[in-house]
Amino acid sequence: MSTASHATNDATARRGKAPAGERVADWADGRLGIYSLAKANMRKIFPDHWSFMLGEVALYSFMIIILTGVYLTLFFHPSMQDVTYSGPYVPLQGIRMSEAYASTMNISFEVRGGLLIRQIHHWAAIVFIAAMLVHMMRVFFTGAFRKPREINWLFGFLLLVLGMFTGFTGYSLPDDLLSGTGVRFMEGAILSMPIVGTYLSMFLFGGEFPGHDFVARFYTIHILLLPGIMAGLLVAHLILVFYHKHTQFPGAGRTEKNVVGMPLLPVYMAKAGGFFFLVFGVIAAMAALASINPIWEYGPYRPDQVSTGAQPDWYMGFSEGLIRAMPGWEINFLGHTLQLGVFLPLMIFPLVLAAIAVYPFIESWVTGDTREHHILDRPRNHPVRTGVGTAWIAWYMVLLLGGGNDIVATHFHLSINAVTWFVRIGFFVLPLLTFIATKRICLGLQRRDKDKVLHGRETGVIKRLPHGEFIEVHEPLSQEKLYTLTQHEQPKPIEVGPEVDENGVQRKIGTMTKVRAKLSQGFYGEGSQIPKPTAEEHVEITSGHGHH
Amino acid sequence: MSSQPGSHEDMSEEKFPERAHKHEGTVAVAESPFADPGLPPHEPRRQDIDERAAKRSERTVALLFTVSMLATIGFIASYVIFPIDKIVYIFPFGHVSALNFALGLTLGLALFCIGAGAVHWARTLMSDEEMPSERHPIEAEPEVKAQVLADFKQGAKESQLGRRKLIRNTMFGALAMVPLSGLVLLRDLGPLPENKLRHTAWRNGLQLINMNTNQPLRPEDIQVGSLTFAQPQGFSEGDPNYQSELAKAALMLVRLHPQDIKDKRELDWSHDGIVAFSKICTHVGCPISLYEQQTHHVLCPCHQSTFDLSDGGRVIFGPAGHALPQLQIGVNAQGNLEALGDFTEPVGPSFWERG
Ligand code: HEM
Ligand code: FES
Repeated sequence: MSTASHATNDATARRGKAPAGERVADWADGRLGIYSLAKANMRKIFPDHWSFMLGEVALYSFMIIILTGVYLTLFFHPSMQDVTYSGPYVPLQGIRMSEAYASTMNISFEVRGGLLIRQIHHWAAIVFIAAMLVHMMRVFFTGAFRKPREINWLFGFLLLVLGMFTGFTGYSLPDDLLSGTGVRFMEGAILSMPIVGTYLSMFLFGGEFPGHDFVARFYTIHILLLPGIMAGLLVAHLILVFYHKHTQFPGAGRTEKNVVGMPLLPVYMAKAGGFFFLVFGVIAAMAALASINPIWEYGPYRPDQVSTGAQPDWYMGFSEGLIRAMPGWEINFLGHTLQLGVFLPLMIFPLVLAAIAVYPFIESWVTGDTREHHILDRPRNHPVRTGVGTAWIAWYMVLLLGGGNDIVATHFHLSINAVTWFVRIGFFVLPLLTFIATKRICLGLQRRDKDKVLHGRETGVIKRLPHGEFIEVHEPLSQEKLYTLTQHEQPKPIEVGPEVDENGVQRKIGTMTKVRAKLSQGFYGEGSQIPKPTAEEHVEITSGHGHH
Repeated sequence: MSSQPGSHEDMSEEKFPERAHKHEGTVAVAESPFADPGLPPHEPRRQDIDERAAKRSERTVALLFTVSMLATIGFIASYVIFPIDKIVYIFPFGHVSALNFALGLTLGLALFCIGAGAVHWARTLMSDEEMPSERHPIEAEPEVKAQVLADFKQGAKESQLGRRKLIRNTMFGALAMVPLSGLVLLRDLGPLPENKLRHTAWRNGLQLINMNTNQPLRPEDIQVGSLTFAQPQGFSEGDPNYQSELAKAALMLVRLHPQDIKDKRELDWSHDGIVAFSKICTHVGCPISLYEQQTHHVLCPCHQSTFDLSDGGRVIFGPAGHALPQLQIGVNAQGNLEALGDFTEPVGPSFWERG
């Protein structure tokens, strides 16, 4: 026996036997080094804010999806074998359908609890993607994507995109009339691709649409390929969150060099762990109370039938909007056809997404800022960024609206034509208007902050001065509040510098430098921020003639 | 490369282009009205000072956990008690499956109560004192970086990769080529397109079979004002390629007054005012299903492309890029409608080789 183990034995002998839990931990530590890991992480500090829970909702719904998905695989048959329905649902008895559809009917009507799990799976998918989108907005508007978190921003973005496609493939699995229509749409979109379209379509469907293969192929993609990649990305995403430590909102005692909050053990363990159950509980209740994707009402897929008001799940709605708003341009040349009416939307679809994905890199280039940032921005203090974000949302929303143009039209008694034209024009105009409006609102809020800092909070109490004038009493802000409202920095725009250097020689200024200076001017120029109050102004006002 | 002096140092201001105010820190810190006052002192909650309040919290948490247990028992009981086909009316949800309703609510309650209990416990009983923890810059110290670069150079040198170009180039070649095998293996995912998309099952002499009755269509079966759907004779739902063939061959017929037909060729290809068009939308392939009798317009429900059946299937509105293909029809010796050939152009969505 080595001396080291001797020493340990001695120590144990002196203390008596260690408690069982500790002995298990010792065993694990000797193999996994868990004590060092726990030392760094067990009491890790996490700041608190309601908006930090959005990412958690996404994480938990992903876990719920996996749990319920595994259960569904036990009963679902990913096969397009032709069968005749003989289950308990009377209206479909004797109808031919694929085995995929029949097994989904079986899950819904013959497996006890099957319908519940199916509906939890589907509701969780909807919540999952919505939560990711809102979480992404939180990160965007508070500037949490800045260095060192740009890579994590990309991970998150990839998760959103993959989530959309995982949802689409899952939605297609039951092979019902509604989802089949979506798959047909996808085939049409693939066909529109120049040169490779027909080949890709034949390879994807194993021949002509719909063929006998796509359910089995989508199944592998849906339950293995995409969730596998997503699980990897998710772990990486979380590791980076731990590694970078969470960002925090500005406030007294919160600096770029610390993180203020409560420890993982016990508070966040309990809060986050508990929150998983809350999310799961709510989604289970949704699945009990609200039916989702009642495939028996649609019937099995047939390429010559369609249900009116066919709609994809909401997260695919904006691509639907693109395709509906696009005029039917088609070009024929040299024996080839380019169906721009479908192909352009197919290309704009990734562009809409990429626009938001690359923003952090554009911002850091424009600002030339290479420092780390851990204090979040209040959205109003970055009017341009906030405007870009809301403009993007407006863009997305216009398309989402366009995706439901028939529903909007019938609901509000408008003509489809009018709605479609609204979307076409809105696609270009609304983001711009939204940008301008948002920027102005932000500047207004900055002005209000400045007022508050200099003149205090309005109390609503009216006082009469000796000479008869009425004034409202303003209460000075607390030191904490003053700090919070003034802590942000207001960068100056980058200057190109003089056209000629000190020797009178013409300097060469590249186009990119000029573009960058222009953009920087837009970000931080006079029209884009209200100079915040200086300490001198404050001292003068508070010590001098009191209220204004 | 290594010329980033101080960059690892706590987020220095140096690299940022001119800063508006060098921060309020320039005004003597103690005097600045905007100085950071530091973390506010912790304010105790009721539960921290009043053991009775703490006990109340404890009971609430325990109650929530107990309700969860009861709900789980309720879940198992529902699973056993309710037959799967029992439908009940529950306001305001309407007619719902009793089993789904009971299972979902009990499961939801069991889960929710665990969550609510844990969160309440954390909020009222666990310490809520905020504490700071330090952050450390991510970038490595210059010595570390220098060490890594040196190690890398050493490793690269020992590999001789830079010196032995032949090895390097052939290795890159081999690595670039080996994935090709994987790509080749995908070839059998499906057949080549050839001209599969150019033809449908329609041929000269094939009778039009009514989709509803499965009988050959006769001209008198086709009424003014409604759409009639047809498929080629010899199609059967059991055929292995039924769906794929139907996806191209699906046909719709309407009866117009011959004088209403504006397009010359359409008139030529009609029989006694009956015209036959592909049912598959030329946009992305949805089946068309809505017909407006007065205008002879058909509407695709997917993205609202509208086609004029009295004018060669022309696109009136919507995202479709070209007219609906028409099928030339006539009547055979038995007086049944028959096709006089295949469509002369590909049906359904456009593709590159369509031309
Ligand atoms: C992020 C990931 C996922 C999303 C967004 C997602 C979404 C969906 C959706 C929307 C459906 C259609 C459900 C319906 O019939 O209404 C579905 C079906 C299905 N999913 Fe997922 N899913 C995901 C991951 C998984 C995983 C990991 C598995 C299995 C391990 C799985 C297994 C299944 C199965 C077997 C079906 C077909 C059964 C049915 O439709 O009832 N899913 N999925
Ligand atoms: S498929 Fe008919 S309009 Fe799009």
